Amino acid sequence: MKILIAGCGDVGKTLAKQLSAEGYDLTLMDADPEVLETGIARYDVMTVQGNCGSMDTLRRAGVKKSNLLIACTGSDELNLLCCMTAHTMNPRLHTIARIRDPEYLEQVYAMRDAFGISMTFNPEQDAATEMERLIKYPGFLKRESFLGGRVEIAELRVDADSRLCNVALNHLSGIVKCQILICAVLRDGVATIPDGNFILEEGDRVFVTASSDDLSMLLKSLGIVTHRVRRVMIAGGGTVAYYLAKGLKNNRSIEIEVIEKDAERCRELAELLPRVKVIKGDACDRALLESEGLSATDTLVSTTGLDELNVITSLYGSGRKLSQIITVLDRMENIDFIADLPLGSVISPSKLCCNTIVRYVRAMQKQAGAAVTIHTIADGRAEAIEFPVDLKTRFRNTPLKQIKLRSNIRLACIARGNEIIIPNGDSYFAEGDSVVVVVSGGTVVLNLNDIFD
Amino acid sequence: MNYKMMFRFYALVCLLEGVFLIPSLCIGIADGTQRTALGFAVTMMLSWGLALLFKLLSRNAPKDFFAREGFICVASAWILLSLIGALPFFFSGEIPNYIDALFETVSGFTTTGASILGNVEALSRACLYWRSFSHWIGGMGVLVFLLALVPAGGKNEGFTMHLFRAESPGPEVGKLVPKLRQTAAMLYITYLVLTVLNFIFLMLGDIPVFEAVCTTLGTAGTGGFGIKNDSMASYSPYIQNVTTVFMLLFGVNFSCYYLLILRQFRAVFRDEELRMYLCIVVASVLLITWNISSMYSSVGEALRHAAFQVASIISTSGFSSTDFDLWPSFSKGILMLLMVTGACAGSTCGGMKCARVLLLLKGLRRNISNLLHPQRVQSVRVNDRVIDEKVMANTNAYLSAYVVILIGSFLLISLDEFSIATNFTAVLTCFNNVGPGFEGVGPMMNFGAFSYFSKLILIFDMLAGRLEIFPMLLLFSGSLPHKRRCVARTA
Repeated sequence: MKILIAGCGDVGKTLAKQLSAEGYDLTLMDADPEVLETGIARYDVMTVQGNCGSMDTLRRAGVKKSNLLIACTGSDELNLLCCMTAHTMNPRLHTIARIRDPEYLEQVYAMRDAFGISMTFNPEQDAATEMERLIKYPGFLKRESFLGGRVEIAELRVDADSRLCNVALNHLSGIVKCQILICAVLRDGVATIPDGNFILEEGDRVFVTASSDDLSMLLKSLGIVTHRVRRVMIAGGGTVAYYLAKGLKNNRSIEIEVIEKDAERCRELAELLPRVKVIKGDACDRALLESEGLSATDTLVSTTGLDELNVITSLYGSGRKLSQIITVLDRMENIDFIADLPLGSVISPSKLCCNTIVRYVRAMQKQAGAAVTIHTIADGRAEAIEFPVDLKTRFRNTPLKQIKLRSNIRLACIARGNEIIIPNGDSYFAEGDSVVVVVSGGTVVLNLNDIFD
Repeated sequence: MNYKMMFRFYALVCLLEGVFLIPSLCIGIADGTQRTALGFAVTMMLSWGLALLFKLLSRNAPKDFFAREGFICVASAWILLSLIGALPFFFSGEIPNYIDALFETVSGFTTTGASILGNVEALSRACLYWRSFSHWIGGMGVLVFLLALVPAGGKNEGFTMHLFRAESPGPEVGKLVPKLRQTAAMLYITYLVLTVLNFIFLMLGDIPVFEAVCTTLGTAGTGGFGIKNDSMASYSPYIQNVTTVFMLLFGVNFSCYYLLILRQFRAVFRDEELRMYLCIVVASVLLITWNISSMYSSVGEALRHAAFQVASIISTSGFSSTDFDLWPSFSKGILMLLMVTGACAGSTCGGMKCARVLLLLKGLRRNISNLLHPQRVQSVRVNDRVIDEKVMANTNAYLSAYVVILIGSFLLISLDEFSIATNFTAVLTCFNNVGPGFEGVGPMMNFGAFSYFSKLILIFDMLAGRLEIFPMLLLFSGSLPHKRRCVARTA
């Protein structure tokens, strides 16, 4: 499949990395030759330099023979123009546009056909939605839901005083009184799929599969007390902050405070969000944070627009033992380097929307047994993928202990009708079931049959 | 430097070289030349042994691979390739001195075609085949061949682009299709198809199969090792004409053939480099024909020889249909010019490439116009596309490096006390991967008389010319950063 990517920024590069690893034919377009140079040096792609909205650039990039265009330049207007032009040149082309400005959302939805857009994505909105979920259900660093929300993969950090510390996975059932499966462990930047003898250590980040009910049980048995969030402090008043505040404002019991440096932006936010307390000031200023009642805050969200500032603000917050911290980190390269810092839940907008797009691309392939949902977990080092089991799937109705899976792959969950099965050696999957598979180490699994050895 | 990743490529190069030796080994066995066959067999085993060693050394290689590694890897892989490739000549005793054997092999892989042998016909057929086959391998590049075969870096990561760039000739190396592997495969398929066509046309001219194969391989790589002492002079006019046409075809940028397959005839017809190439060829043929017509019985014969020599020199093959050292100075002057320009970028030929000459001339015109209008802002355009200033700067740097190496090598080999024409054309012909020069290194002479020191200099020149100077300069520049700590990172 031939894919064009217009704009080679954070999102463009994240997409180029993921999609070229999956073996698609990629062409990157950008006006800046130097950005393209880094693209061609790192990924197996072709590049075309020029204005992404012009017919000439699109023609040179081969729009007529392409299947999909992803417009993710920095400007919404250019993305729209690019999709419109490309769609006129090739009516069979699927187009995905990044639209960030909330003011455009309405018309983009109403005029989809006129713009020729198949799907839009909004990294900031995705990030805000993700944060909202975390704030509503605190306790875990991250939660990804599968099978219509019935099963989740949640992330936990093993602290020194945790009941999980220095426990082998075989003995886990004695500690937690519910059905869970640890499907991946991230230690020192390496994601492993653990076996029964694996011993958890301090600092590990573990990924737990369980039904949504069992997850609350898990929190209880681990002694993690969670109470409802009452006060949220948002450092930085960018688009993410706006979406988050807007999403949370319906919940009357949550008090929201936004700290923003720019006076003009503060006024704007105050006009848009009347119920939210907007403070003009520097989010890195300790005295300001304290005077605004940081210690009485339940959740601190760092989304200043600069990764470095976010890290500093969150580190300060974690020193103050806040119950929940959410940090935005946009440049993915940074993640390796600071994963071990106590930054709470780390959210990367470009990675979130990359997941959405990869899902769309895989769905376009329309393969039998193609993935239904895909979530990247463990800082992008592992993937959790949901597959339907159909007639083409091998080893149906065979107990799992008789099946040899490829290394780095774990079957995390089986859903049969309304029943959720956390699998053991005697479990099996049958036609009509759905399964969730966790894959680590860059192994690419496009089809359920790819998991068998 | 990521040495482990480089070892991974060395292992593949050694493995591949062993495979390339198989046909020669078979010929050696079939002909019953035992010592030669043994030489090839031993080299093959050695090459595979080295491959295994490099493979072991390259375990747990980190994935980082940058432009620097690309340049160094290509340059050192070519040296390795030549060092191993010279062994069969040495082991079989057909070229008893190793430096001579190395010269012959480098001349083969770099598609130069300069020989140290006085009597080529004395070589066994296995060695003759190996000489010609090395042209074919070196023509398109052995690492490009690897890229076509091996999944790039295991995980589809694009870093092998650096290898592709370092080995492919031309000021701007781009891909034909998004995937590097497919690009490399398409180049090789084009190359293979043209080679087979050439062979078929030669066979129609009624010459022995072995000679047709060797001539084809030499033409395809634009190498120029003949299997006769008089190169192509004793062949029929038909064979010479076929070779003329194919030498010119192999000098055309291979992406033009791709555009032809895509039916973009207009783009090919309008390609400024191709036009320049064809204009130079036509003009040179006409001028030389006029200049030498008195030496031959008919204008037709003069035309045939002029066309053959022009095609041979501009495509940097180096075959000869007549002793052009006897031609008048004007004709020789034209040929010397052609040695420098070479044919198109993205082909199998050597030299400066028409694309670069075009950029240099256009840049010169801009500079002159800037003297008249100092405030004028002007960009250089080729094929209606603006050329990036970085490419212009690189092209100018290339010219400087070219001149420095040319003059430096000329000085060094002047120690051998041959005539100035001999020394200068020897350097020029090796550096541009042509083959024959004038006077002492003319088409009917050879490089055997030079001292070993001069031969080593010329070996460097041939490699530098084939890899477009910078990889070789980087390898010997000594300004490379120290070895980085290799931290295994999952990218």
